[in-house]
Amino acid sequence: MQIARDVLLQSYRAMRTIRVFEERLHVEFATGEIPGFVHLYCGEEASAVGVCAHLSENDTIASTHRGHGHCIAKGVDVGGMMAEIYGRQTGVCRGKGGSMHIADLSKGMLGANGIVGGGPPLICGAALSHKTLKDNGVAVAFYGDGASNEGFTLESLNLATVWKLPAVFVVEDNGYGEATGSSYACAGTQKDRAAGFGMKYLECDGTDFFSVYETAGEAIAHARSGKGPVMLHVHLSRWYGHFEGDAMTYRAAGEVAREKETRDCLNIFRDKVTQTSLLDPTALDDIDHAVDDEVESAVQAAKAAPWPEDKALMADVYVSY
Amino acid sequence: MSKKSFRQAINEALRQEMRRDPHVVLMGEDIAGGQGGTSGVTDAWGGVLGVTKGLYTEFGPERVLDTPISEAAYIGAAAGAAATGLRPVAELMFVDFIGSCLDQVLNQAAKFRYMFGGKARTPMVIRAMYGAGFNAAAQHSQSLYPLFTHIPGLKVVIPSSPYEAKGLLIEAIRDDDPVIFLENKVMYDDEEDVPDEAYTIPFGEANLTREGQDVTIVAIGRMVGMANEAADRLEKQGITCTVIDPRTTSPLDEQTILECVAETGRLVVVDESSPRCNMACDISALVAEQAFHTLKAPIKRVVPPHTPVPFSTPLEKLYMPSADKIEAAVKSLMKQHTHEVA
Repeated sequence: MQIARDVLLQSYRAMRTIRVFEERLHVEFATGEIPGFVHLYCGEEASAVGVCAHLSENDTIASTHRGHGHCIAKGVDVGGMMAEIYGRQTGVCRGKGGSMHIADLSKGMLGANGIVGGGPPLICGAALSHKTLKDNGVAVAFYGDGASNEGFTLESLNLATVWKLPAVFVVEDNGYGEATGSSYACAGTQKDRAAGFGMKYLECDGTDFFSVYETAGEAIAHARSGKGPVMLHVHLSRWYGHFEGDAMTYRAAGEVAREKETRDCLNIFRDKVTQTSLLDPTALDDIDHAVDDEVESAVQAAKAAPWPEDKALMADVYVSY
Repeated sequence: MSKKSFRQAINEALRQEMRRDPHVVLMGEDIAGGQGGTSGVTDAWGGVLGVTKGLYTEFGPERVLDTPISEAAYIGAAAGAAATGLRPVAELMFVDFIGSCLDQVLNQAAKFRYMFGGKARTPMVIRAMYGAGFNAAAQHSQSLYPLFTHIPGLKVVIPSSPYEAKGLLIEAIRDDDPVIFLENKVMYDDEEDVPDEAYTIPFGEANLTREGQDVTIVAIGRMVGMANEAADRLEKQGITCTVIDPRTTSPLDEQTILECVAETGRLVVVDESSPRCNMACDISALVAEQAFHTLKAPIKRVVPPHTPVPFSTPLEKLYMPSADKIEAAVKSLMKQHTHEVA
């Protein structure tokens, strides 16, 4: 399939930004300077980016506790995200949400979510808004194989079908719900679950941007055209623990190293675009350098940023009191 | 102005707000009724108690959405829709069913604004029936407003009459925060004069249904009527009461309660929710903390026992607060040794 050069460059930049952002958080978290919980998206970058490449700010996504990648792919400001993760006043949520609650409704980003399966019901509502307001928008729920076992999620698949909503349910299947393998925890298959609701099902290789881009394009076009919701099953791999600090005692020695060696979406992308002369390696190198600088600046700015003022404690519980 | 039932007052509030604002949509189980049925009749029910009857006919399937029996999905959808431009009113048939969808209220709708740094609005209303007295037994009779009042980010409304219901529901729909609107299931056929035009009653402003000298009674929802009945009887016995209907438990009009207690020096709180950590506890703590010096007698709570709501009629009657129990509580305070307040 033909993909415009600027889309390729933007997509590479987004994937690279996620990778560098997350790798840096891995390092910074170990210093003890980052408060709370952090769940990293490394290894899964092509999924968020390949899906969001088809979305505009008018479209809505809901994310998960592992949400940094979706936020970056949807255009949330990297500096604002980093400051949020550091709990600073300059954060995108003014330091009151943290890693698990980064949201930016102005970008159509309905929030990371600390509750597994929290997103799918919300995305039914966002899709209902798009449908009712007739703004041609679609709503996309990202959730993991773990969340696919939540009742909320299964109810949402049914409701979206009953209401024929412009919604896409993206199952990011990294093989683990926390420390338990999906081979143990997921009965049947995602494909059969979609079929059970009469829902269109597509799947793709989440380590290959081109596979995600093409399949997500079909899924989103289907939903946007009013034909009803789609389940998009993305097969991918998570490189770090469920949360930072997880020693991953449930994964075989060498498993992650092998994934990094053979299923790195950035390497796969680079190989494909350079071997086919779609992009010049130096253009990718330039992006790498720019991203390194951007993330470095974001970290330094976050560390230097002020903490929220005391008055923020009581602010914004309600719109009106 | 004409006589309207509690049910009609709510229906009229919904209808008038839907006419005024195209962003208002309704969703819930059987709120139209008849979708997929064999009779071909749509708008077959108007909800299990007929409250939304006729709205589907006027506003159509795009604005009156019957849902599968999937509370988590559609209450969550209401939250998601509210955050993205609609103004949904979701009917959770019985408030007891919150057990099936508490996450969408507790962790999603209530927290968006704060968690997102003040950058979200979630203008949604969840309407639900509450209360005992209907032989509906333990899973369909609870008064769970303390549960919602406990959650920052929610507003909690408990109307005590048809007039109150209409004005408070219109206020709830226009409010930009998530609102839990609880309708006592025993009151749907209660009637009183209700204005035909739309009007609002502000949140956090208690209503004094009567004023007296001796005892302040704070009563919630259906308990307001019982408190007034008790006060009528007491007046004939020479004891006059102030009866406060807080209207909303979140926000709570603390000032009015404190002022009235300062005048009477005695407080009875009538609350049909389970007695531990309920509104009676909350209001008692407020007064004990901020107006202890004005009290002439201990605070008295008229509340049910700490049991599930029983089914059988005599047991349910025993369980419920009543005008008799309120009357007895007030009298017990008047009989108690009271100290002079300096």
